[in-house]
Amino acid sequence: MSRIFDIEMEDLDDQFRSMGKMVARTIDKSVVGFMAHDTKTAEEIIDRDHEINEREAAIEKKTFEMIALYQPVTTDLREVVTILKAVSVLERMGDYARDIAYSTIRIHHRENGDRRMPEIERKISEMGLMATRTFDEILDAYVSDSIDDAQKVADHSEEVSRLSATIRKDILTSMKGDVDTIDAGADYLVVVGYLKRTADHATDIAEWLVYKRSGKIVELNPGSSSFI
Amino acid sequence: MARTRKSKPSLVKNIKKIINLDNPDSYISEPDPSKHELALKAENVSVFYDENEAIKSVNLAFERFKITTLIGASGSGKSTFIRSLNRMNDGIARVSGKIMYRGLDLNSPDVDVYEVRRHIGMVFQMPNPFAKSIYNNITFALTQRGKYSKEQLDEIVESSLKQAALWDQVKDDLNKSALELSGGQAQRLVIARALALKPDILLMDEPTSALDPKSIMQIEETMMELKKKYTIIIVTHNLQQAARIGDYTAFFHLGKVIEYDLTRKIFTRPKVKLTDDYVSGNFG
Repeated sequence: MSRIFDIEMEDLDDQFRSMGKMVARTIDKSVVGFMAHDTKTAEEIIDRDHEINEREAAIEKKTFEMIALYQPVTTDLREVVTILKAVSVLERMGDYARDIAYSTIRIHHRENGDRRMPEIERKISEMGLMATRTFDEILDAYVSDSIDDAQKVADHSEEVSRLSATIRKDILTSMKGDVDTIDAGADYLVVVGYLKRTADHATDIAEWLVYKRSGKIVELNPGSSSFI
Repeated sequence: MARTRKSKPSLVKNIKKIINLDNPDSYISEPDPSKHELALKAENVSVFYDENEAIKSVNLAFERFKITTLIGASGSGKSTFIRSLNRMNDGIARVSGKIMYRGLDLNSPDVDVYEVRRHIGMVFQMPNPFAKSIYNNITFALTQRGKYSKEQLDEIVESSLKQAALWDQVKDDLNKSALELSGGQAQRLVIARALALKPDILLMDEPTSALDPKSIMQIEETMMELKKKYTIIIVTHNLQQAARIGDYTAFFHLGKVIEYDLTRKIFTRPKVKLTDDYVSGNFG
């Protein structure tokens, strides 16, 4: 016997996963666009950010309805709450992708925008790949509902954090050595920050997955800082 | 969450432990008598209809001035159990075990059942006022068992009706037949009738299942008020009601208590899967 709640929950899950894929694509595009100095892609990302926001609103509305109509308890309640919390995280990640797109455009239009640091950009690219991979992993973990996968996400997010600290040092060294790189360097720092936070947010979702399974609110990366 | 820094790293290592909760067959977390005053305690209570054991050695402690809700499917034994608490099963079923009340075993044959029921009142599912006036409904039991002056009776009628939140509606019609009351009013009259005997404990067997939503809400409000002075044990099929008003909840299944804990735990993270399934309406 399938409860009406289960059918609705499946629909909500689908909506969440579909939004997740949309955000994953956007983050990926924003990183690739940043590396390729592709302002057209960047503009497209900025233009389409509202689509992610609308998805979030629709999912939120549906969770409110489900709480009101089905008054879920225990596991059911946690499933709904997990989506409600995780969906704002997805939306925030979409914002980071948009902010990276803004950086792409800013660097391009700057007069000395060609004063770039190819070595740094290569590392940021590597970090971008890691961050998007972590994000893909959290979507997979959501689907598989596997705690091992959630733990993996937290571990990989840690690696992204460590890489971000290294890149930050490199950027600062370059900026100190060559004042012409300060403008670009400032944007690099910002982008590194967004990517790090994207990975952090993947951990946040992983924590909600643990909550969904156990009812316990935990920290998977205790002591981690949002500072790059 | 990842960004708050005051955290215990050990949490990370314990993830598996948190997730792989053992799934016990039953889980009983009773109020601790050293911290909470108990009103009543059932010890190894079994109830037999002939050879059929409807309640199987149930142990439950009830905290004073709290509402304990008993939930479970039809036939799980919760009504049979609650009726055992004030000897309503006498002559219907055989009850073994102890029902401890102020150091006394109420299940002992030499205990006066009328005295038991004066201390432990019962309200049933269908409002069952007597075919008498509102006033006489409340005074009937008193006048059968003792001598009261008119002033005393007036005082008891007024205070009982006030506690049951019915006084304002009926104070000018006390001589009207109780059968003219609406369902919700009649149920509150029955509560007032039980309160007139100045009980310690009120047992309620699905007291609102025959009532409309507004009356249900009024009875629930009344109960929240009553628990300041009485201990309430209530059987309900309305899970939302159990969640709303209960301090403790016991889940009955096939004559046993599967889980007993604070209501908020039962409805957010029960320890036993059977409980989880029941409160979620998951019978697939």
